[in-house]
Amino acid sequence: MSEPDVTPDLGGAQLGDTAQLVDAAKLDDGAQNGDPAFASQEAVRLEDVHKSFGDLEVLRGIDLSVAPHQVICLIGASGSGKSTLLRCVNLLESVNRGRILLWGQDVTAPGVDENAVRRHIGIVFQSFNLFPHMTVLRNITLGPTRVLGVPRDEAEEAGRALLVRFGLSEKQDDYPDRLSGGQQQRVAIVRALAMQPGIMLLDEVTSALDPELVSEVLGVIRELAAAGMTMLIATHEMGFARDIADRVCFLDEGVILEQGPPGQVFTAPGNSRTQQFLRRIVDAGRL
Amino acid sequence: MPVRGSREGAYLDEQTLLAAGAPPPGSFEGNGRGSHLLGGQRAAAVSTVSTVVFIGAVIALFVFAPGAAAVRHTFFNPQQMKQAFLGDPSKGLYSVGKGLILNIEMFLIAEVLILFCALVIAVLRQLRNPVLFPFRMLAVVYTDVFRGVPLIIVIYGIGFGAPALYIRGISTQSDFVYGIAALVLSYSAYVAEVYRAGINSVHQSQVAAARSLGLSQWKSLRFVVLPQAVRTVIPPLLNDFISLQKDTALVSTLGAVIEANRAAQIDSSTLFVYSSYTVAALLFLCLTIPLARFTDRLIARDVSRRLAGGRAVR
Ligand SMILES: Nc1ncnc2c1ncn2[C@@H]1O[C@H](COP(=O)(O)OP(=O)(O)OP(=O)(O)O)[C@@H](O)[C@H]1O
Ligand SMILES: [Mg+2]
Repeated sequence: MSEPDVTPDLGGAQLGDTAQLVDAAKLDDGAQNGDPAFASQEAVRLEDVHKSFGDLEVLRGIDLSVAPHQVICLIGASGSGKSTLLRCVNLLESVNRGRILLWGQDVTAPGVDENAVRRHIGIVFQSFNLFPHMTVLRNITLGPTRVLGVPRDEAEEAGRALLVRFGLSEKQDDYPDRLSGGQQQRVAIVRALAMQPGIMLLDEVTSALDPELVSEVLGVIRELAAAGMTMLIATHEMGFARDIADRVCFLDEGVILEQGPPGQVFTAPGNSRTQQFLRRIVDAGRL
Repeated sequence: MPVRGSREGAYLDEQTLLAAGAPPPGSFEGNGRGSHLLGGQRAAAVSTVSTVVFIGAVIALFVFAPGAAAVRHTFFNPQQMKQAFLGDPSKGLYSVGKGLILNIEMFLIAEVLILFCALVIAVLRQLRNPVLFPFRMLAVVYTDVFRGVPLIIVIYGIGFGAPALYIRGISTQSDFVYGIAALVLSYSAYVAEVYRAGINSVHQSQVAAARSLGLSQWKSLRFVVLPQAVRTVIPPLLNDFISLQKDTALVSTLGAVIEANRAAQIDSSTLFVYSSYTVAALLFLCLTIPLARFTDRLIARDVSRRLAGGRAVR
């Protein structure tokens, strides 16, 4: 079993890895469990992260630590900076101050190869962002073939296995616009998984879906959590967050006001802003 | 029978309802011969009649206008038209038909080169690699200049300028080559802008999705952005090629290139009949009109596909 190096060298140097695509069985194993190097470190660490867009300071000093296999849910009002935080971790946005470490390595340091960093991080967006000109299978194999250099037939085989695993096998030759929203979002998750990421970032992946399609996507995420995937999830689905999270972080105006196990945050929030936020959610019938 | 809920009875019964002017059955069908005919056979009949009347009026203009006979003689002289099409070397007349073949050759070669050069320029303007900065600036200046300068000036500049330079390999080319060079220089600037509009029309979230897979900027452009951009710019590109097709005629002003328009000029100067212009114009239309209809169809297909796509996503 040739797992990719789970404490990858994220520096400017080329990653010498010839990462195999994860296959269904490996996901089941929670294969990353056994690796001591992986288990000994934090998967993600944010230290005093600041991010501004012009005059607007969106993140105002975020400190966050995510251990391997942990599932962290970010909750908070719209505009509180959840998406921005996830985009910073993936280097889609550059931070103005502070550091972000992945498996102990500073990825905000100068000279870091951002493409090398990103290939170890899977991100799924609210709006799916599938490539409309490619079939489902091509969407999934693009990254492995063009970034990891996996041979086409190997990548397709692995992609098909993932599609089977997530109940999408009949859709492999369809174009994204023929799929329902829920199916598109599941394909987007599979596309990210095909890169064998060490961590998944999920940004309100169910907000664009009709209510009856939400559960199929949440089911997939639950499966990932059960398989031991490290995840950072921004969500408005409080019931889901309470269910799945090891830790819930309440984000308010660019700072984490409160964090803790879901039982604590949802039932006995210490901060008055958290209480206020949760009361509004309860009033809206969403918890 | 009183309507439910009315205690007084009588004032809301069926009788009163009808009396109060509830329309009798069928009263929405309109009067006369059934309004749906207006959208069907009737419309077809109306448009046929109006077309016939219009064409009749145009023909009448040609037949009865004071100068009609002269126009017919100069522009629509069947004898002259035939001669212009075939050419007559013995009288020093070029063939408009043959000229057109040369024209098409020039168009095809230029088109391939333009598609390629313009793409390179558009991509150069897009890449944010600092190493490429001077090329990016060059691309900007190039598009600004050649979009601003009329094609005819570019043709003269190259056609008369290049030979005057006495540079080996450049100054000894034929007008055919100079003509293509001028067309490529001028049109690449326009087409690059079309490509660029296409690239910018691809949503930023597509780039984010590609980059987040670890694809480099170039690979994102190559595999994700460009394929989508090119699809959206095909109709406007075809529009540009329709005008390229007719602008190849301008190359004739360099003199030696024998093509449709040029043939017409020579012919008219000797015989003082303009029928050869008509032939040239008709031949050009034979090329550009099918291209235009093809463009329309592509646009229509694109629109319907987008509508279908929008419905699927909701
Ligand atoms: N690229 C950008 N340029 C300027 N402002 C931005 C940009 N991206 C985000 N913002 C601003 O940053 C703030 C935080 O946005 P962000 O998307 O992170 O919030 P969020 O918590 O994800 O909200 P939501 O729950 O609505 O998704 C908002 O005020 C937003 O307008
Ligand atoms: Mg957001």
